Amino acid sequence: MPREGEPDKPSDFLTAVKEAAIAALVAFGLFVLLIGIRTDQGPTGALVFTTRFGALAAIVAGVFVATLLRALFWRRLTLSFGQIAPASVKNAVARLTNYAAAAFLVFALVVPIIFYGNRYLLDLGILIVTYTMLGFGLNIVVGLAGLLDLGYVAFYAVGAYSYALIAQYFGLSFWICLPLAGILAAFAGILLGFPVLRLRGDYLAIVTLGFGEIIRLILLNWQSLTGGPNGIPGIPRPSFFGLPFNNSEHGFAATFGLTYSPTHRIVFLYYIILALALLTNWVTLRLRRLPIGRAWEALREDEIACRALGVNTTTTKLTAFAMGAMFGGFAGAFFATRQGFISPESFTFTESALVLAIVVLGGMGSQLGVAVAATVMLGGFELFREFDQYRMLVFGAAMVAIVIYRPRGLVATRTPSVLLGKIKDIPAPIVRDARTETPA
Amino acid sequence: MTAHAEPLLSLRGVKAYYGNVAALKGVDVEVREGEIVALIGANGAGKSTLMMTVFGAPRARQGQIHFAGRDITALPTHEIAKLRIAQSPEGRRIFSRMTVMENLQIGATVTDAVDLGADLERVFTLFPRLRDRRHQRGGTLSGGEQQMLAIGRALMSRPRLILLDEPSLGLAPLLVQQIFAAIRALNERDKLTVFLVEQNAYHALKLAHRGYVMVNGLIALQGSGSELLRRPEIRAAYLEGGVR
Repeated sequence: MPREGEPDKPSDFLTAVKEAAIAALVAFGLFVLLIGIRTDQGPTGALVFTTRFGALAAIVAGVFVATLLRALFWRRLTLSFGQIAPASVKNAVARLTNYAAAAFLVFALVVPIIFYGNRYLLDLGILIVTYTMLGFGLNIVVGLAGLLDLGYVAFYAVGAYSYALIAQYFGLSFWICLPLAGILAAFAGILLGFPVLRLRGDYLAIVTLGFGEIIRLILLNWQSLTGGPNGIPGIPRPSFFGLPFNNSEHGFAATFGLTYSPTHRIVFLYYIILALALLTNWVTLRLRRLPIGRAWEALREDEIACRALGVNTTTTKLTAFAMGAMFGGFAGAFFATRQGFISPESFTFTESALVLAIVVLGGMGSQLGVAVAATVMLGGFELFREFDQYRMLVFGAAMVAIVIYRPRGLVATRTPSVLLGKIKDIPAPIVRDARTETPA
Repeated sequence: MTAHAEPLLSLRGVKAYYGNVAALKGVDVEVREGEIVALIGANGAGKSTLMMTVFGAPRARQGQIHFAGRDITALPTHEIAKLRIAQSPEGRRIFSRMTVMENLQIGATVTDAVDLGADLERVFTLFPRLRDRRHQRGGTLSGGEQQMLAIGRALMSRPRLILLDEPSLGLAPLLVQQIFAAIRALNERDKLTVFLVEQNAYHALKLAHRGYVMVNGLIALQGSGSELLRRPEIRAAYLEGGVR
């Protein structure tokens, strides 16, 4: 191997030192007040001024060394991996990524078996899968159709309140309310879609942001229907084909001759949301291969060209909004039944931002990416729950790292929707000569 | 050249504006079935606007546009495309993150997807490069290949009329010849009617049966391709570096 990792010219070293010095200077400017100086409440109640120049010096020196090392070695290291890795290794890596989705799915399926005794992890699992599903739904709007939606939580809220209200006023069961909640959320999506048909990019983002807030404010102020800030308590739990998860004679446990355990319901909820998320994923993948899905993607790429090719951009946009909203509504209904209580507080802009972050971090348009990003983000949040002070710090650092090193998301590759041998409208000669190309 | 009584595409007294700025100031253009018609003119003369006005973006504020005997002046853009008018727009506008195959499939939006195979085969025969590149993303193609893709995508809708906006823009001379040869083949073999906007006046007029010269939002001259090529003012303005 050639000496890839070593600086060969002194000028390289000088540039690196200069870069590091500038970084250290910036760090000094940033931290001199944040870390170097500190005020504490003294014994008399007055503020006591202390300095921490040692800590400041350590941080500045750390930044200097880290930047120097990075400038000297990092670029070479990343570069040389691509050059030195033999083709077989690269193929193996590529094949591993192919299996990653399957492995991820199998893991998701066995989570309740592995962590059966751990209520905390099961709850976390449900949370992660819920956000994965929200991510899949938003991915249709943002990732596929390229419509930046900052108010996605509105549809989540519409779904949740639809379920809660229908269940409360009409006494319908979860399984009847679920599609209703989805349909109502889809209508909300179309309602949002109409006024924003002409908008794109930043302008669209602002209007959708406003839409999210409008829905929340309506929920907050329409006291007679939604209960306002008090929310809706006592939302019915889902039953297992009519068998409730309780300790009664006709409960799930008694019917199957099991000892009653509250975990049964948690596991059941986990599988419901997993099934819903997989359904969302499956529908998205199917739609991508249909004309409507292709039209969404083409719309993202170039709206004018789309129209000139005969794509009706109005219906294309509305279906994207409606489809994304519907899955948001499903997730919302699930959220309501899981919590048993909902209030407008659960549907703030932070939720929209979190879901959008999951989609963007996952690499827009990539389904596996969304699942990975949801796991990393929510898992990360939980991991740092004990170190509450450092949580946002680490979160921010992770964001910066991703922007620098994976600017197009964790899984940045877009899978073509047409692949050889998987679609029937390709003429036979093309398929044949392509088969010979694929490595055996 | 088959001359029909009724032209396939006709624009009469078409005026179009960007805001309050007039881009077309009353244009009359006819394209007959089976013809290649070239529209030449300087930058900013309104050539591309004319082409886009046929598609209703911008919409003609005055005048009428007829296609195959039907008034299309007020039709929505996608409805116009359904009448089998296709275009390869200015700047190609291919879907750069989608593969060549997907680009072509979108081109077939207005046809019945059942026999896409024959249409694909037609495009791949015309531009064999696209067959080799069919799983590559549009954005990774070279300029010439992107132009081929833009034309191929337009052909996927089995058009009766194809509008080509500057197909030679930014291409090497050899590629320009290839593209123009393809256009000629489409016209002669498939009897496709072509309306061509070009800055490359020499090539365009040599290829075209008839031509229009546009100056400042108006048609200044018209005539057969060879006739226009001989006109001294055309030679001076468009063929000899603008020296008068």
